[in-house]
Amino acid sequence: MADKSSFLLRIITPDRVFYENQADMVEFNTTEGEIGVLPGHIPMTVIAKPGILYIHEAQEEKRAALHAGFAEILPEGVTILAETIEWPGEIDENRAKSALERAEHRLRNKAPNTDIARAETALQRAIARIQVLKNG
Amino acid sequence: MASMRDIKRRKSSIQGTQQITKAMKLVSTVKLQRARASAERSKGYFTCMYDTVNNILQRVGHIDHPYLTPGEVHRKAVVVITSNRGLAGGYNSNVTKLVTRHPEWKKEELDIYCLGNKGREVFARGGYAVKVCDNEIVESPQYADAAALSNKLLASYAAGEIGEIYLAYTGFKNTVSHVPTLLRLLPVDVSGEEDDAQKEPSGEAAAIMNFETEDSEALDLLIPKYVTSLIYGALRESVASENGARMQAMDNATSNAEEIISDLTLKYNRARQGSITQELTEIIAGAEALG
Repeated sequence: MADKSSFLLRIITPDRVFYENQADMVEFNTTEGEIGVLPGHIPMTVIAKPGILYIHEAQEEKRAALHAGFAEILPEGVTILAETIEWPGEIDENRAKSALERAEHRLRNKAPNTDIARAETALQRAIARIQVLKNG
Repeated sequence: MASMRDIKRRKSSIQGTQQITKAMKLVSTVKLQRARASAERSKGYFTCMYDTVNNILQRVGHIDHPYLTPGEVHRKAVVVITSNRGLAGGYNSNVTKLVTRHPEWKKEELDIYCLGNKGREVFARGGYAVKVCDNEIVESPQYADAAALSNKLLASYAAGEIGEIYLAYTGFKNTVSHVPTLLRLLPVDVSGEEDDAQKEPSGEAAAIMNFETEDSEALDLLIPKYVTSLIYGALRESVASENGARMQAMDNATSNAEEIISDLTLKYNRARQGSITQELTEIIAGAEALG
C-alpha cells in the first residue's frame, strides 16, 4: 500500500491509459477554477476545463494539456477520464497557434451565426496547448 | 455416375472457392488482431466511465433529473451497430434480432440509428423508421464520431422526441465468443445499479460524493460524456467481434470446402478406375472375338 504522502493517479483516455502512477499532487483547471488535489481528499467529482495539468511526483513534475473530461476524486486515488489530453511532445505548435488566431478572429468579428461557446472552448484549448509548450 | 470431366470441373471450382475463403480468413485474422488491441486499449476507459458514473449516481442517491427519470414519451431510439459487409456468419442477424424480436417493442415506436450497412438493409426491408445511417463510422471508429452521434441523440431526447435510448451491439469476450447485447443508455438505470452495490458492501460506497458544481449541472455535463463513451466502446467491441465472427465463418467455410474436395477426389478416382476397367474389358473382348 502507498504511504499517506502520495496517491494513485490514473488518467485514461478513450484510446489508451495516458498515465498511471503514484503522485504527490495533481493540479488542473475545472469548471469552478483551478484546483490542486493532495492525498486524502474528500470524495468529489469535478468537470475539467481546458488548461494545464500538473502532476507532482516524488522526484519530478510533469505537464500535460488537458482539454476535456472529468475527474473522480477519492481519498485513496484520483481517476481522470480525459476525452483529450496531450503531453507537450505531442502538440503541434504551429497548429495550436493557427487555431488560436482562428478562434480569436471568430470571437472578435462576431457573425450572427457564430457559435460563441464553441469558439471560446477552441480558444481555451489553443491557449492551454501553447502554455504547456512554453513552460515545458 | 457423373463423368470424370464433370467431377473434375466441380472440384476445381470448389478449390477456387476454398482459396478465396482461406484468403478472407487470413485478412480478417489480421484485422481482428488490430481491432482487438484497440478494443482492449479503450476498454479501460469504457469500464471506468461506466463504474464511475454508477458510483456517482449511487452516492448522490435519487435526484430528480431528466436523464435519470423515464419521460412520458414512449418512442425509443435504438442505436444498432452492424457491419458494412456480409460473410460474417450470424454476426449481423444476431444483433438485429435483438431489436426485431424484442417481445415488448412495437415497430412504430422505434427510431433506428443504424451504424453499418447490413443493419440498414434489414430495418429498411422490415419497414422500420431508420432515422440516421452512418456506414463510415464502423470502418474505423473515432471518438469524435461517437460524440457527434451522442449529441444528436441527446438533442432529440432533450427535445422530447424520444423517451428512451438503447444501444444494440456485439460484445467481444474473446476470439470465439461474441455476445449480442442490448443496453439502455438513457434514462440511466439507477435501480439495477443498486443491486450491484449490495453485492459489494464496502464502507467506501457509503461515503457521500460531493460535486463542485450543482448536482444536476454536473450530471448535465457528465451524462453526455457517459453516453459517448459507451457508444464508442461498443463500436470498438463490435468491430472486433465482426472480424472475429468473419474469421470463424471463413474458417468453417474452408474446412467444409476441404471436406467436399476430398469426397470429390474419391469419386473422381473411382470413376477413373471404372473407365480403365471398362476399356480393358472392351479390348480383351475384342481380341477374343478376333482370335
